Amino acid sequence: MILDGKCPSGPLAEKWDKHRQDMKLVNPNNKRKYKIIVVGTGLAGASAAATLGELGYNVEAFCYQDSARRAHSIAAQGGINAAKNYPNDSDSIYRLFYDTIKGGDFRAREANVYRLAQVSNNIIDQCVAQGVPFARDYAGYLDNRSFGGAQVSRTFYARGQTGQQLLLGAYATFSRQVKAGTVKLHSRTEMLDLVVVDGEAKGITVRDMVTGKISSYAADAVCLCTGGYVNVYFLSTNAQGCSVTANYRAYKKGAFFANPCYTQIHPTCIPVTGEHQSKLTLMSESLRNDGRVWVPKKKGDKRPPHEIPEDERDYYLERKYPSYGNLAPRDISSRAAKEACDDGRGVGPSGFGVYLDFADSIKRLGENTIRERYGNLFEMYERITDENGYKQPMRIYPALHYAMGGLWVDYNLSSNIPGLYVLGEANFSDHGANRLGASALMQGLADGYFVIPYTIADYLAKSKPGIVKVDHPEFKKSQEDVSALTTKLLSINGKRSPKEFWRDLGKIMWENVGMARSEQSLKKAIQLIPELREEFWKNVKVVGSGDTLNQELEKAGRIADFLEFGELLARDALDRNESCGGHFRVEYQTGEGEAKRNDKDYCYVAAWQFKGTDKEPELHKEPLTFETLQLAERSYK
Amino acid sequence: MDLKLYVWRQKGPDSPGKLEQFTAKNISPDMSFLEMLDEVNEELVKEGKETIAFDHDCREGICGTCSQVINGIPHGGQDKTTVCQLHMRKFKDGDSIYIEPWRAKAFPLVKDLIVDRSALDRIIQAGGYVSNHTGGSPDGNAILIPKPDAEVSMDAAECIGCGGCVAACPNGSAMLFTAAKVTQLAMLPQGKVEAAQRVCVMTEQMLKEGFGNCSNHYECQDACPKGIKVSFIAKLNREFIKASVK
Amino acid sequence: MGFLSSTVGRKILMAITGFLLLTFLCIHLLGNSFIYLGWINAYGERLHSMPPVVWAARIGMVILLAVHIFFGIKLTLENNAARPQAYAVKKNVRATFAGRTMIWTGLLIAAFLIYHLLHFTLRMTNPEISSGIDAMGRLDVFKMIVLSFKNILISGAYIAALIAVGLHIFHGIQSVVQTIGLNSDKTLPCVESTGRGIAFILFLGYASIPLVIIFGLLNFKG
Ligand SMILES: Cc1cc2nc3c(=O)[nH]c(=O)nc-3n(C[C@H](O)[C@H](O)[C@H](O)COP(=O)(O)OP(=O)(O)OC[C@H]3O[C@@H](n4cnc5c(N)ncnc54)[C@H](O)[C@@H]3O)c2cc1C
Ligand code: HEM
Ligand code: HEM
Ligand code: SF4
Ligand code: F3S
Ligand code: FES
Repeated sequence: MILDGKCPSGPLAEKWDKHRQDMKLVNPNNKRKYKIIVVGTGLAGASAAATLGELGYNVEAFCYQDSARRAHSIAAQGGINAAKNYPNDSDSIYRLFYDTIKGGDFRAREANVYRLAQVSNNIIDQCVAQGVPFARDYAGYLDNRSFGGAQVSRTFYARGQTGQQLLLGAYATFSRQVKAGTVKLHSRTEMLDLVVVDGEAKGITVRDMVTGKISSYAADAVCLCTGGYVNVYFLSTNAQGCSVTANYRAYKKGAFFANPCYTQIHPTCIPVTGEHQSKLTLMSESLRNDGRVWVPKKKGDKRPPHEIPEDERDYYLERKYPSYGNLAPRDISSRAAKEACDDGRGVGPSGFGVYLDFADSIKRLGENTIRERYGNLFEMYERITDENGYKQPMRIYPALHYAMGGLWVDYNLSSNIPGLYVLGEANFSDHGANRLGASALMQGLADGYFVIPYTIADYLAKSKPGIVKVDHPEFKKSQEDVSALTTKLLSINGKRSPKEFWRDLGKIMWENVGMARSEQSLKKAIQLIPELREEFWKNVKVVGSGDTLNQELEKAGRIADFLEFGELLARDALDRNESCGGHFRVEYQTGEGEAKRNDKDYCYVAAWQFKGTDKEPELHKEPLTFETLQLAERSYK
Repeated sequence: MDLKLYVWRQKGPDSPGKLEQFTAKNISPDMSFLEMLDEVNEELVKEGKETIAFDHDCREGICGTCSQVINGIPHGGQDKTTVCQLHMRKFKDGDSIYIEPWRAKAFPLVKDLIVDRSALDRIIQAGGYVSNHTGGSPDGNAILIPKPDAEVSMDAAECIGCGGCVAACPNGSAMLFTAAKVTQLAMLPQGKVEAAQRVCVMTEQMLKEGFGNCSNHYECQDACPKGIKVSFIAKLNREFIKASVK
Repeated sequence: MGFLSSTVGRKILMAITGFLLLTFLCIHLLGNSFIYLGWINAYGERLHSMPPVVWAARIGMVILLAVHIFFGIKLTLENNAARPQAYAVKKNVRATFAGRTMIWTGLLIAAFLIYHLLHFTLRMTNPEISSGIDAMGRLDVFKMIVLSFKNILISGAYIAALIAVGLHIFHGIQSVVQTIGLNSDKTLPCVESTGRGIAFILFLGYASIPLVIIFGLLNFKG
């Protein structure tokens, strides 16, 4: 099937305005009769729920954490982009649009990205009005910093806690609506199924994570704002509870999953220390401005760094990419680090790490300057590793960080199931094959504050409120399915813990579907994952019971989905015979080891349809057409 | 290293609870405290026993989910560190470690080390916001904010809502948490409009939830993983006085 | 919402009443220290020659104490109720002994006050030494105090009470400053140490009287 992104016609800059005029409205008095379910309270979910509630809709919000404020958006450090052009450095909506499309390696829709750039400015105004304490300069004006992938300073920030502050702002407006009674929050509640009635999304089935009760909620529309799925790799910078479950179960109900193979790997994370490791911590990329990356030239060199003489060090980024050096883009430097370690030259106890050395900068600028610039990062590094980055080089290693792929949505953020909307990192929409720094926060808030309120009205206005109730047989069936799954997980009583399976899956994914993918490795993954899945369903041991808070059961349910989703991700990667953005196929690279796109055959969105757990999914394509921009090679020269 | 753990186990809010003893074996100093508990739980799974339930999510000290009183100090006593960022190198082989949940009337126990902190959410719901509407906000630079004010506001805004202050306070007071939000907004022109109302309703809600009163013990500041200062409580008091004489 | 039902409002009331009681404590110490100069009887006479002032002060004090005691007890009960289940292990890093025992030192002060009024104001506990008249026909306060404190039991009771007072204001003085919102990060440590210093000085000032008398440095030759 050829999918239609439903982008409005007309000149790029006028599409959104025109579309807004064309869309239907819901009568203010009728709004409260419409119920909207919002799953997720991150930037996307909290902003959507708050805005819809404020408009007068009857909103029910869900999150698995104990408080809406703890969604993983809270962890974003760097900042949020907007095309304000406050520094007068020639930024514009067009430039932000252009950078985002180019950064995404021409695998995103022009119309979506342009709209994103347009509303970016409203987001900053909205957040300032909420009391988000953005950094200011001495005259009291908003301060900007520059971020990767852009030549202008357009990133707004609140210390190293931008995501936290934006989320707290959204959570505050959300809380105001909870108080006002327009939004009802169900925390510690996990969505385990989407309910589709007559082809339209009409509700969800959830498990109360405290009492274990499985129940359903009916609504006129459902918004999934459930975040990214990179925990399929086990180790990532995501929170422990981040999962693909909500998305995957919607996928199983017919929603298309788009571009699952587009995952982003961040080069500067603190390396793994051992099998016990549960997550990886990101350190701001800015460190690479003053640190030099190296490994020993000799394999298996276990000498401490200061005993390795200068001429026995391999500053591989400077060697391979003389013009960009240590500032080579995220994907390139990540891959180079992996290669060095695979070559047996990795450092640290595990051998999976490279040095990020500040000795030269400290000699040149003095320790104080370095402390001023990165003091908090050095502290964090020391807290985790017990090593002093001023005295000895830091060790870093790439880690999975962000999912560009997600459920397929059209320009209105509607999935292919009418009534099912997908927002934020959970959808695939705006970042193409690679996301630029500081753009995810922008997208989440754009979707929630400024897009969904308009587009969902257009859908709701066309139907009567409350047609489907929870007593509809589809809900009963959904609850039975969910209960059956829970019972099954608890009854296997095998030998291995859920976590062991998760770790094994992570290994398969990292080694075969990680930074460098090949036809061979992907085929291997597609063979290994079902084997592991089969073992899981025979040999997993989930202790405890279903009728109380049971973290093992929660984990097992999520891993069960990862065990299917990993295969889908690998299939998508295998299907895409090109390298683009975060998807690197070793077969498709230029002489310098850069990603080689194939615009002739692969300039499309790959949207997968579920056909059965052990059946191959069906591929649908949405061709990407570029009306405004010329397809160009992403170059770092 | 090997450690002796005394962990609070309680099936539910109405069941009796007690400290149960575990041995954590072969713990690496590089593990975080939560990873150490993960290991203990993996052992429990092997034995077919129920795992120790504890709250956690981001594991990088920002979501505020993790919540354990370790050897009598919320978050374990390392300066400005959450439980998830506490590392086992702070302990010695053979140490005994007592692990308990946050204890406060306003934080009913859910299971083992997990408590219900929704009371903090309700304090925010009472008035911890600026009542602006989505859309129609003036340009971000239309509201000038002196850098020092923005910095103080940001200092206060760093609160992660973990509730460690409540757990530490001899009175079970949520004053530091409340003060952080009141201060963040009171420092900004946008927030000043509703400042008087806000300080009253938020402190009222705090009391309604069953938190204690603040009697200036400053224990909260030491336990706070984000370095929220008790000077913000003074600021809250000031805001209250301002609101009362208005 | 009423000031008195607010957690902060009540605290502020505690602080204001506490502060005024503290002021009385300072004045009272000043008055008492006339004993060293031999002016105590004159001071007493002077004071009692102005019944309206004395009674106004007394009524004021009673109200202050009533408010302070009432809310002190109420706040403490609420605070205790806020943690129904105690920790098995709890370490306090910052909180002081003085701070955590405010209610007990407070109640001791109240008990002491009753005794103290019976002793010196109503002169009912030791009438044999308390109803002397000095050479100038004034109430012999000097004799009363010195003879009382020669009694180890009485001095002991006073010193115990003074320890309670000392502890109470050791926490209380800096607490007032914080409660009425005058602290910043910079002033807090300084306010804390100054408050503790003042508490110590007041304690020494008061305690010096029974001590000096016990050690026979101040005698009543009558
Ligand atoms: C360490 C880190 C740093 C980052 N830094 C930046 C940055 O500097 N700039 C930038 O632009 N981006 C950054 N990002 C990316 C950005 O933070 C995220 O992409 C974005 O915040 C995602 O927001 P979201 O609302 O889509 O999802 P999330 O914030 O992840 O929220 C997901 C929500 O869904 C809920 N949920 C999920 N599954 C279920 C279920 N089954 N049932 C019920 N509820 C469910 C969760 O409870 C949660 O409330 C960073 C990401 C990480 C991990
Ligand atoms: C001369 C007598 C007294 C003086 C000078 C005094 C002084 C003070 C001061 C300065 C405070 C600090 C107020 C604040 O926190 O801001 C205080 C608190 C307190 N006082 Fe007193 N007080 C006296 C008598 C009493 C008595 C008789 C009681 C008996 C119940 C009492 C009980 C308390 C309590 C419980 C507190 C702590 C209140 C809280 O939790 O914040 N005090 N006192
Ligand atoms: C060494 C310690 C003290 C001495 C020698 C002392 C002495 C006296 C004397 C002589 C009087 C009677 C005054 C008169 O009626 O003419 C008096 C009254 C009083 N004292 Fe003290 N006192 C001491 C400590 C205290 C303390 C610690 C407090 C408070 C906590 C206190 C509170 C009072 C009060 C409230 C009165 C009653 C005043 C009145 O008449 O209304 N005294 N004291
Ligand atoms: S003030 Fe500190 S201890 Fe209290 S909730 Fe906020 S971050 Fe946690
Ligand atoms: S410890 Fe408690 S008493 Fe006040 S200063 Fe902190 S809230
Ligand atoms: S788990 Fe998020 S702060 Fe500890």
